[in-house]
Amino acid sequence: MSETLDKPAAKAPLTIVGTRPIRPDGADKVTGRAAFGADFHMPGQLVGRVLRSPHAHARIVSIDTSKAKALPGVKAIVTAADFPDLASEMVEGSEASSDIRDLSLNVMARHKVLYHGHAVAAVAAVSGDIAEEALARIKVTYEVLPHVTDVEEAMAPGAPLLHDHLFTEGLEARPAQASNIARKHRFVRGDLAEGFAAADVVVERRYDTKATHQGYIEPHACVAAWGEDGRCDVWCSSQGQFTIRSYCAKVLGLETSDIRVTPAEIGGGFGGKTTVYLEPLALALSRASGHPVKMVMSREEVFRATGPTSGGVIEVKLGAKKDGTIVAAEVELKFQAGAFPGSPVGTAAMTALACYDIPNFSIVGWDVVTNTPKTAAYRAPGAPISAFGVESAVDELAQKLGLDAIAIREKNAVRDGTKASYGPTFQNIAYVDTLKVIKDSAHWNTPLGPNQGRGFAVGFWFNVGGESTAAVHIGEDGSAVVVTGNPDIGGSRASMAMMAAETLGLPIEKVRPMIADTNAIGYSMLTGGSRVTFATGMAVVQAAEKVVADLRGRAAKLWDVAADQVVWQGGQAVCLDPAKADKKPLTIEALAAQSARTGGPISAQAAINAQGPGPGFAAHLCDVEVDPETGVVSVLRYTASQDVGKAIHPSYVEGQVQGGVAQGVGWALNEEYVFDADGRMENAGFLDYRMPVASDLPMLDAILVETAPNPRHPFGAKGVGEVPIVPPLAAVANAVSAAIGVRMPNLPLSPPKVLAALDAKAG
Amino acid sequence: MARVIAGSECWPFTGGASEFEVEGATVRDLIASLDARFPGLGAFVDKRMAFAIDGEIHQDAWFSPIRPDSEVCLIPKIGGG
Amino acid sequence: MSKIHVTTTVNGDSAEFLAGPGVTLMDALRDELGLTGTKEGCGSGDCGACSVIVDGRIVCSCLMLAPEAEGRRIETIEGLAQGGQLHPLQQKFLEHAALQCGFCTPGILMASKALLDANPDPTETEARYWLAGNLCRCTGYDKIIRAVMDAAAELRQERVA
Ligand code: FES
Ligand code: FES
Repeated sequence: MSETLDKPAAKAPLTIVGTRPIRPDGADKVTGRAAFGADFHMPGQLVGRVLRSPHAHARIVSIDTSKAKALPGVKAIVTAADFPDLASEMVEGSEASSDIRDLSLNVMARHKVLYHGHAVAAVAAVSGDIAEEALARIKVTYEVLPHVTDVEEAMAPGAPLLHDHLFTEGLEARPAQASNIARKHRFVRGDLAEGFAAADVVVERRYDTKATHQGYIEPHACVAAWGEDGRCDVWCSSQGQFTIRSYCAKVLGLETSDIRVTPAEIGGGFGGKTTVYLEPLALALSRASGHPVKMVMSREEVFRATGPTSGGVIEVKLGAKKDGTIVAAEVELKFQAGAFPGSPVGTAAMTALACYDIPNFSIVGWDVVTNTPKTAAYRAPGAPISAFGVESAVDELAQKLGLDAIAIREKNAVRDGTKASYGPTFQNIAYVDTLKVIKDSAHWNTPLGPNQGRGFAVGFWFNVGGESTAAVHIGEDGSAVVVTGNPDIGGSRASMAMMAAETLGLPIEKVRPMIADTNAIGYSMLTGGSRVTFATGMAVVQAAEKVVADLRGRAAKLWDVAADQVVWQGGQAVCLDPAKADKKPLTIEALAAQSARTGGPISAQAAINAQGPGPGFAAHLCDVEVDPETGVVSVLRYTASQDVGKAIHPSYVEGQVQGGVAQGVGWALNEEYVFDADGRMENAGFLDYRMPVASDLPMLDAILVETAPNPRHPFGAKGVGEVPIVPPLAAVANAVSAAIGVRMPNLPLSPPKVLAALDAKAG
Repeated sequence: MARVIAGSECWPFTGGASEFEVEGATVRDLIASLDARFPGLGAFVDKRMAFAIDGEIHQDAWFSPIRPDSEVCLIPKIGGG
Repeated sequence: MSKIHVTTTVNGDSAEFLAGPGVTLMDALRDELGLTGTKEGCGSGDCGACSVIVDGRIVCSCLMLAPEAEGRRIETIEGLAQGGQLHPLQQKFLEHAALQCGFCTPGILMASKALLDANPDPTETEARYWLAGNLCRCTGYDKIIRAVMDAAAELRQERVA
């Protein structure tokens, strides 16, 4: 089935959607019962460990594993020789730029290592100590090559080349020479020169950001068991069991039907658990050893070999009329992709000006490979980076024009009917309402004290739909089980159960959601792109509607009336036929009790490709205080409004907003990958990679704007998880700039940088 | 005929044309019409692009309907975190 | 390396296990005693996911050696609910939606319990500084702090009653 609901189902007033019940998996998570990736054990399991490159760029001359193999307790060692050498192939259903060959080379280096931390071999042994000892005995001979980690240095002629066969895509003509530039993206409208010629005021500046990590607290972990019959099992925490299955199948050259992936609870992902690192290695080690193999990354490995998102350079030039109308914009983005092509520069470019109605613009994005870990998706991939530059520039423009930060956005705001900078015409958006609620807030109208500054910024994210499967089963007592294929990272089980309960007319306590393994439910795209409540929610509602149709049909037969004479109200079948006025309503319990006699089990499934996710807009206001002695920035107050369509469980929607803000504040103030001269990350631990802690933040006020429900979704939901990380980088930087009177274009705004700016200003 | 808006990714196929009209009652029909007009464009958009039909994004959806007066914008497929 | 026999009390019951001299309390709890509610986020004392209470004090179990548990009283997340009743902190975390992925939750609950045992009436600032050793990447801490403050209020009431 691939159709979608064309209209919101006509419904009685909502009784569950929009309320705040306790989440169904709550007790498991507050008692320690919930089993995450590393909590799974199998009898006889071995411990797997990975040998990683000590160089940022080197040719692998040889790998000698004989000494390691000879160590008692070592059961298997694998290198790239144990994996098929795959041809280049774009993977379906994922971001257009991911190539399965690159993915497999990232899992295990072949011929060349491309970053410090790149996997070169893996060992399975009876204990962690023995596995570590074995790693130390593997002799890898490298021919060290010059490396490059900075994006602009990587673009320069003569830079060390990562891939001999990388020719820039997206140019007018195929370039004659290979380079580190994988792709040029370009979005244009109108006439840029004319636009700037018509401008009264122009601002222009270069901004940059550093690579940052998703920073989920749970390290990657899995257990893999290879059966003698070639059937294998993987237990792991990921954002999508089906994605893990298909990537493992490709990397190992297996059929997807040979692999069953069971999703563990996932301790945060934020985009970083949308790919494979350990799973194919664990499978290969299990195949070679004949034992189940468990692998868990250390925090240091998580930093060195997974994630991060790009560091980037953002050059922005804006031109406006005296009244604040922006008439021209030029944006150039240069993004670190890491070791293989595929930075989020394309989406960064598409979102860069998405909040603005500008007649003339040019946005160019460059995807550039560097000797750093391959970037992975990170919450609204790319959008926070371009928004940092654009929102800082708009702030500067407003100051030059003597306009306030909200007024200039209102003046240039996209509305229903505006053609978005990335092409389509906006419909059902509530962007201007997100501005208005901030303008009306107590926060906006409260004066500041000395050394304090206020910053404002907005953000946009598309949200995505896509393929999801859901099943609803009714038990003999009338309770329901809702089965989906999407890992629950932030409370989505609650919203699935609520939408099913609302549709069935059951109390929420009678609906139990579960997340099934790849053999127990149909395909579902991963949990990401803010798609689950929208797309999987749609599948849940459709499955529940089929159950309701079935229940109505059974009641009609029992009453001997036409099916259209039965309606479903408040969880029971009600007879409309005036000739049968004596028929008492039949509850779901009553119908379930008769299910055998009326046709068998009551159960339905919906498998859909959900289209038409509504985009998300956010407007953030931030107050900071800067300590002039130390340069330390404290966030004093934060208010975030967001166009959410309709909040299914408002607490968890607020939670998404607050979590996105906190990550964005960390990105703005402290977080960064610091590389030494040899291309090694210097701060691969939570002590030096400084994420926000409770004492760094104030309460974070979330205002949910529900004035433009999504007509595609049965309850009006839009994706909510990603857009909240888009504005904070600029909101914080604009606040710091306001506090110290100096524009701060380079993130993070760590104390030494702020102090240096203060000193420079003092002269 | 639907009005198609094509970004820079499509220009190598369209010779730089960014707006044109083609027939197509569904996404699949439209892809066929695009390919007939600009050889190679059909396969390219099928693999790499999403279709924003009157502002609503449709991705990998051959049978999504397109009205005669629809605006169909071809944009790169979008993933997410 | 021969293993050391350790006798200790875990959640009120005596427990025994064998551990190598370099094994952490965290690994012993998880691997020897099967108490996997205690989580590992970093193994270096920086995230608090492994927080347990030892003789009334909050510690990172990844920094304490298992043999040091000899004769001590250890409380883990598995012992927080008593007799099938959630502790008020657990209940308030659920009511306030103070968890998203839930990975940090066991450690934060144990640290919060230690806070409220030591200081039944903390200010918001005190709660934030007390919990500064416990990273949460999902929630932005807002709902966590509200849940802790609310649980503190409820526990104070219970004491009065
Ligand atoms: S695992 Fe012990 S503090 Fe992180
Ligand atoms: S709820 Fe995910 S880390 Fe705290």
